[in-house]
Amino acid sequence: MRFDESEELKALRDELRGIIARTVTDEARHEAHESGTNMCAALYREMGAAGLIGRAIVGIGTGGPPELFTILHELEKASAPYDAISMVTGITAVVDRTANEELKREVLPRLLSGESLVCFGMTEPSAGSDLAGVQTRAEQDGDQWVINGSKVWTTMAHVADYCFVLAKSGEGEKGRAAFTTFFIPMETPGIRIEPIWTMSTERSNSVFFDDVRVDPKYILGEPHGGWKTLGIQLTFERGMGNTAFGIPMLRRFTEWAKESGSLADPMVRDRMAQVAIDNEISQLLTQKAVWKASEGLGGAEGSIAKVFATEAYQRASGELQNLAGPEGFLSFGAPNAAGEGWIDYDARHSVPQTIQGGTSEINRNTIAERHLGLPKTR
Amino acid sequence: MSFDLELDEDQQAIAELFGGFFDKEVGAERVRNAESLGFDAALWDSLCDLGAAGMSAASADAGGVRASDLIVACEMMGRSAAPVPWVEHLSASPYVPDSDVLKGSRIVSLAVRPADSEGIWRLVPAGAIANTIVGLDGDEFVAVNSAAPGVAPANHGSAPIADRASRTGERRVIGGRADFEIARDRWRLLTSASLVGVAKKALELALHYLGEREQFGRPIAAFQALQHGVADFPAHVDGAELIVHKTAWAMDGDLRGPVDVGDGKVHAPDVLAQMALCFARDAAALTTGRSLHYHGSYGFSQEYEIQLYYRRARAWPALLESPEAGRARLADLLWPREDG
Repeated sequence: MRFDESEELKALRDELRGIIARTVTDEARHEAHESGTNMCAALYREMGAAGLIGRAIVGIGTGGPPELFTILHELEKASAPYDAISMVTGITAVVDRTANEELKREVLPRLLSGESLVCFGMTEPSAGSDLAGVQTRAEQDGDQWVINGSKVWTTMAHVADYCFVLAKSGEGEKGRAAFTTFFIPMETPGIRIEPIWTMSTERSNSVFFDDVRVDPKYILGEPHGGWKTLGIQLTFERGMGNTAFGIPMLRRFTEWAKESGSLADPMVRDRMAQVAIDNEISQLLTQKAVWKASEGLGGAEGSIAKVFATEAYQRASGELQNLAGPEGFLSFGAPNAAGEGWIDYDARHSVPQTIQGGTSEINRNTIAERHLGLPKTR
Repeated sequence: MSFDLELDEDQQAIAELFGGFFDKEVGAERVRNAESLGFDAALWDSLCDLGAAGMSAASADAGGVRASDLIVACEMMGRSAAPVPWVEHLSASPYVPDSDVLKGSRIVSLAVRPADSEGIWRLVPAGAIANTIVGLDGDEFVAVNSAAPGVAPANHGSAPIADRASRTGERRVIGGRADFEIARDRWRLLTSASLVGVAKKALELALHYLGEREQFGRPIAAFQALQHGVADFPAHVDGAELIVHKTAWAMDGDLRGPVDVGDGKVHAPDVLAQMALCFARDAAALTTGRSLHYHGSYGFSQEYEIQLYYRRARAWPALLESPEAGRARLADLLWPREDG
């Protein structure tokens, strides 16, 4: 086994670090936290101009999973506004694989340049982990499709240009419902967005579709073939990113511990050491998932990395907050907030990580069934 | 060349050779039969016939191999809980590389904790059976030849441990504190590797039992409560294996690369070896603990294998330090204390 990074990836890291340093200012971070919209347009446009968005996308650029990992890893370590761009890299590969040529010509240049943002219209009030319960309907009307229903936890919908929508489109084989996936321009008439404010600095949304008429060119994959498109989407989502948030957390906590004099406290040192270990293991498990994916051997490694890393981050952020005392519970902007509010931020930001992108429980099912060969339990 | 998680050709050859050897020679019965001392002399002789005792030699001509190969070998040993002092011998032999040692006819070990004020190394790993001990006495790293007592106090891991004197017998100084720390890092690495083997075996035993045991009319593997418990094993097994391999890779390259945990960069062998031991012992404790629990009361009985692994997983690393002491040392490496 070897653990060194190729010169190409090192150069990619350096290039992205330069872009982050130029564009992700303290004001940009502050703006993202204030508005609840975790994006940074200047960062994405510079990444796009340098070809970095496309580079990370299998089938489009010169890169693949290692490039995608490298990019997400640098963004996470820098606490750069991240959610919007990680959705773009996740969805663009799917568009490239499943969209018709006309749609690709329309959307790919805009996605790859960092100009357009996307959102995921999958989860519904009564369909979360079990997407087969999706109730949003897509019906054919002449040569168009009409969509009715509602989606929830559609983060970025209010700034996105396109929405990846999963809708029930009819009866399929063996009495199971058939689904169709769309990539719908958000400016299409009939789409309404309502904010959902969360306990973190993240705004999410509900999105309502009211007789939204869509040209068939916006279908991803085949009509009624949504399950297949979804399968492709999930393989790009899991375990490549969202596993390095513990690194900036430890960096900021260490600064606080030095300044406050807590770095001499054995209890504090014990937890900091554990966080350093868990961060290293999270990184290695992610690198394994990336390596497997790039060898075409992808299995449940993404789920293994995701469960471990997000649970470790969540556990640690709570412990470090407790160790920082009452000041650890003070938020951005509050006088005397430990770590200027970042310690409180991590303790909040870590909460949804074990829920979104596949809950820990769904991922444990995947590990049990696909990695360990245990029987299906549902 | 860059990132690659495949075992290379040499590692594959080592895995086949020693994996095959331990599979053929060591079953639970043989481990149980050696529990009073924790040593099977005939097994050690057969292992040494394969050149096992000389694998830490400095040169390839003398039978030496890379740390990256030793970890694969020690993992195979851990998987079988073989009662042989291989980790100890491989950790200490670079400091006393005479021909008897490299053949294995003289067993050597490392006193992983410094001698006390009376010059006694307490509860030395393989101290009951090694005729040469290397270790720290004050600021001196010394090698002492003296007769092995041949008996061990009854202990949790059925390990051949014993107190040994650092100031009586044939004693010579072989280095200082820094040399001792390097020897200890090697012991940490190889112990971690054997714990990876233990954790893999715990997973194997759990999956086997979950599939075989029926309750409520079906195999207990069908219950989600147990599935979710065992679904935590792969992260621990893989994580421990990966950090052990990364540590060996850093040692072989003699990397003194940057350590910046605030940027996710850890390339120094000493930091990695400490992280590896901390994580591998937790991984082995978690996997053997849950695996035993899933066996129900049978897991607690001597008849079942899992308890052999459960006890060793906890006892082997404890001969050096508690988990808390391990993390305290890691913290000292990462954030040096101003008071020294």
